[in-house]
Amino acid sequence: MRHYPPNFARISRYRSYSSLSPLRWATVGVTTLLAGCHLALFAPGGDIGVQERHLIIVSLALMLSVVIPVIALTFLFCWRYRATNKRATYAPTWAHSTTIEWVVWGIPCVIVLFLAVLIWGTTHSLDPYRPLASKTPPVRVQVVALNWKWLFIYPDYRIATVNQLVVPAKTPIDFELTADSIMNSFFIPRLGSQVYAMAGMQTQLHLIADQAGTYRGMSSAFSGPGFSDMHFEVKATSEADFRAWVASARNGSNKLTHDGYLALAKPSVNSSPMFYASVEDGLFEQVVNQYMPGMKGMPGMHNAMTQAKE
Amino acid sequence: MSNPSLSATHDSAHHDASSQTTAGFWVYLMSDCLIFAVLFATFGVLVGNTADGPAGRDIFSLPYVAGETALLLLSSFTFGAGMLSARAGRRGPLLAWLVTTALLGAAFVGMELHEFAALVHDGAGPGVSAFLSAYFTLVGTHGLHVTLGILWLGVMLHQAWHYGLDEVVLRRLACLSMFWHFLDLIWICVFTFVYLRAFL
Amino acid sequence: MLGRLGLDAIPYNEPIIMGTLLVVAVLGAALLGVVTYYRKWAYLWREWLTSVDHKRIGAMYIILALVMLLRGFADAIMMRAQQAIADSGHAGYLPPHHYDQIFTAHGVIMIFFVATPLILGLMNVVVPLQIGARDVAFPFLNQLSFWLSVAGAVLVMMSMFVGDFAATGWVAYPPLSELGYSPTVGVDYYIWSLQVSGLGTLLTGINLLVTILRMRAPGMNLMKMPVFTWTALITNILIIAVFPVLTATLALLSADRYLGMHFFTNEGGGNAMMYINLIWVWGHPEVYILILPCFGAFSEIIATFSGKPLFGYKSMVYATSAIGVLSFFVWLHHFFTMGSGANVNAFFGIMTSIISIPTGVKLFNWLFTMFRGRVRYHSATLWTIGFMGCFAIGGMTGVLLAVPGADFVLHNSLFLVAHFHNVIIGGVVFGSLAGISFWFPKVFGFTLDERWGKIACWCWQIGFYLAFMPLYVLGFDGMTRRMNHYDNPDWHPWLVVALCGAVVIGLGILAMGVQLIVSIRHRGENRDLSGDPWDARSLEWSTSSPAPFYNFAVIPTITSLEQHWENKLTGRAYLKPEHYEPIHMPRNTGDGVLIATWSFVLCFALVWHIWPLAMLMLAAVIVHFIARTYNRNTDYYVPASEVARIENERYARLVRVTQVQRPSSSRPKAA
Repeated sequence: MRHYPPNFARISRYRSYSSLSPLRWATVGVTTLLAGCHLALFAPGGDIGVQERHLIIVSLALMLSVVIPVIALTFLFCWRYRATNKRATYAPTWAHSTTIEWVVWGIPCVIVLFLAVLIWGTTHSLDPYRPLASKTPPVRVQVVALNWKWLFIYPDYRIATVNQLVVPAKTPIDFELTADSIMNSFFIPRLGSQVYAMAGMQTQLHLIADQAGTYRGMSSAFSGPGFSDMHFEVKATSEADFRAWVASARNGSNKLTHDGYLALAKPSVNSSPMFYASVEDGLFEQVVNQYMPGMKGMPGMHNAMTQAKE
Repeated sequence: MSNPSLSATHDSAHHDASSQTTAGFWVYLMSDCLIFAVLFATFGVLVGNTADGPAGRDIFSLPYVAGETALLLLSSFTFGAGMLSARAGRRGPLLAWLVTTALLGAAFVGMELHEFAALVHDGAGPGVSAFLSAYFTLVGTHGLHVTLGILWLGVMLHQAWHYGLDEVVLRRLACLSMFWHFLDLIWICVFTFVYLRAFL
Repeated sequence: MLGRLGLDAIPYNEPIIMGTLLVVAVLGAALLGVVTYYRKWAYLWREWLTSVDHKRIGAMYIILALVMLLRGFADAIMMRAQQAIADSGHAGYLPPHHYDQIFTAHGVIMIFFVATPLILGLMNVVVPLQIGARDVAFPFLNQLSFWLSVAGAVLVMMSMFVGDFAATGWVAYPPLSELGYSPTVGVDYYIWSLQVSGLGTLLTGINLLVTILRMRAPGMNLMKMPVFTWTALITNILIIAVFPVLTATLALLSADRYLGMHFFTNEGGGNAMMYINLIWVWGHPEVYILILPCFGAFSEIIATFSGKPLFGYKSMVYATSAIGVLSFFVWLHHFFTMGSGANVNAFFGIMTSIISIPTGVKLFNWLFTMFRGRVRYHSATLWTIGFMGCFAIGGMTGVLLAVPGADFVLHNSLFLVAHFHNVIIGGVVFGSLAGISFWFPKVFGFTLDERWGKIACWCWQIGFYLAFMPLYVLGFDGMTRRMNHYDNPDWHPWLVVALCGAVVIGLGILAMGVQLIVSIRHRGENRDLSGDPWDARSLEWSTSSPAPFYNFAVIPTITSLEQHWENKLTGRAYLKPEHYEPIHMPRNTGDGVLIATWSFVLCFALVWHIWPLAMLMLAAVIVHFIARTYNRNTDYYVPASEVARIENERYARLVRVTQVQRPSSSRPKAA
């Protein structure tokens, strides 16, 4: 587990580049172009998503400021210097110019220098492992990628859901992720970053939903025949609605026990959402540790998939 | 089409071919070296993943491995001596040295097989843990190379006897000698990183 | 006795597969029938299958690639059709099991059996000619390499009809590719077809490296080497450095699957992340292996058709070398989302954007090659110009993906799919097709039909943008790759557009076929009598078209970077030598094709666990190889009189052309 000081870099630090004038125009262009359509990544529902949208636009604009002229020059040169145009200068032996060489090495170097600074900063500020700074205490969610559905355990409330994630808006969510067998990637496009869920491993992700609403979640790493149906719904609700939901979930009759988990872990496709009023203690840790030699995993756990194949 | 009288005047072409072959074989050894590099890296990653099975310290016997090492080092020496005879054009001693080398190599492979068999018998086979998988694969790949080297030695023994020490045979012997010394080098790494390391 | 192989291995109940089988069987029978009818078997065997001539082997590599392109494209259009149908609630026409195999096979085929043979073929044809050599360093090994690639390709094709193919994605990540989750023979087909063709590629790498380092014509120091040969040099170094990693990685995966080991399994302390690292240590340099020779081809083409030397030759050499070195330090950008620390991610992100510097320099250098030139619009030029625009976009999206913060949302999305098609189609496919139209006459002696060539080029260009620009948009809309069906109606229209694009690309492929047929029928009119149809600059254009089997009657002495151009300017091109010497050449042999056949059967037996057959074939490979070393009759001398006869015919032809006229060139020619 890595910790970071709370005063993490905000993306606004990099806005200073837009003082370059072609860059500003390119930024305006890209933003207009992309604002026109309501694409998931350009309609983020949380801060991480907003920062990543900004990062995409800034990087694209930075690069377009070279790419567009290059493409334009390509067409200009190949038209101007077409063989039939006898008025254009023809310099049949000209093949070197130190000045031009400096420029063509220099321009990409400068762009990459800017990019490198941008990459260094944002990779740290957007590190999925980095806790989000917020006055509201985070909600913890433990994610288990099963074949082919998602199990969400709320350790603080001792409840669990399948294929539906309910979280309070404006509250950081601390995800801990693992997989029961095959690797998946946990991804809610409108909230931002994804992270792999791998068997025997525990990864982390920190997201936040700034607006209440429903978001699509999915696996974005191919994991076998049920992969396409391995999506889930994310409901970001108000704090009060979330409390109410937790209370109602606790009143349910379904309990996620040891045997219940083994049954759940058997491969199935397109499972509808399920809710568990209680969860066996340490279930997530048992799932993580099942492949760890010398650690106490759950008896019979990692055979679920192979048994189901018979 | 072949015209023997021309061959004499065009030796340069053959000389080129000779140096090309050794260069090509050298490059091949470099690529083979990378295969071993991957296996060493894999071993390094997995060495601690014993999965409730035995660790290296529990199963390796240094004196035994030192014996294997001695055999292989000695075989490199005998090969070197053989190459000296080959360059001097003395076929009899060359054949004797090559036979010795092959026997030493075979003894090495025999010892390794015996070690493997004992491990499997004691329930420490390659399927027990990631560590043992990596161990058997790394050491086994080296052993497989030595086995192929012995086969190649056999072929060269016959060719040296059949064709005499002509240019082609000498070229192939040079390649085989590179191969053999290369395997020696790899074994020294195996000895250090696999066996010695387990007791450090 | 037959291992796991039984009659149930043939998927009778899959109408699509059986239909394909029928078509393949009918076409195959027709082809065999035609060869038999015209009594061409002996000719085929003597002149092609057993050939050790680098030009013929190169041509066969390219033929293999084009045939496999048809299969790979058929997969592509099936996927596009599936995704254009399988919207909200519709399952489409391909069940996941079949669809997953198709996208896996598509990736494997396009990378290993289309792109790789294309560039190996081009290098084989061009490199010895450009450096003034008579063949590659190890002609027999060259033949063996080629046929090993064919063995791999046949294995992949066979998997469609006997058993199944991997349904894991083209890099077959464990644990999905482990026995527990992929219990059928699919992954085994994958492993062995890659192993056998990978061995071929590695041997070619060694072969061409030694060729370039040891067989250049006298006077050709490294800085007088044509740019294509430079890119080939770096590519072959990369092949030698990374293909062993692929071999070892796949061997470890097969150890897991065949011997119950625990390298990448969840159980027993295995580590799947290690596979992901290893496969990309090979995989990322692999894309540079593919693209660099195409950069070389574009460089030659743009210089030739601009009537100017390449701008910034030294820059190009340094840029190529820099790309070669940097390509080893970027692999982690394929999995920023695995949870490596921010420092690690940032390092690999920055390294990846640094690699765009030399690539960008190359683009500028091509631009300035056209600057103040006389650009002739041959179809090779069209491919090149199309490439420059396309690659600028693909490079840009690649750098965007290299920004870890952006990759966190774009990883594994259709944006990624669009990006790598952008660089691989825009770079490798356009480059190889440009190279083919450029160098075709050097192997076959006549030029390709221009009209159909241009139609093909336009279809590919337009089709490409139609097919892949929508995927960028879908990536921004959060659509992930490899989906069999989806329930987001917003995605549907874009996928329909993408399907239309794929159809247009299909028309381009059709036009290529027509071009080939038309060109062969009109070969009499399009014969290249001069050996230099494009008024080109490097050594390969100084010999006749088709180049004689010994390439050069007299090995040229090199004094200039653009030797042929220099000779044309100074009137030294086409000077008739006073006398000829006998030429030392390798003999044709059937050993390569036979050893590859045993290897193929060996792999098939391994896939199906037919152990006795596997042992037998392994023995056959070893024994045959040893037997080959007893063959002392592997080369011969072409008598000087024979060389003189062939060369005199050529000079008679040359006199005829120079008396008529030469395209776009009025320089004096000595004949």
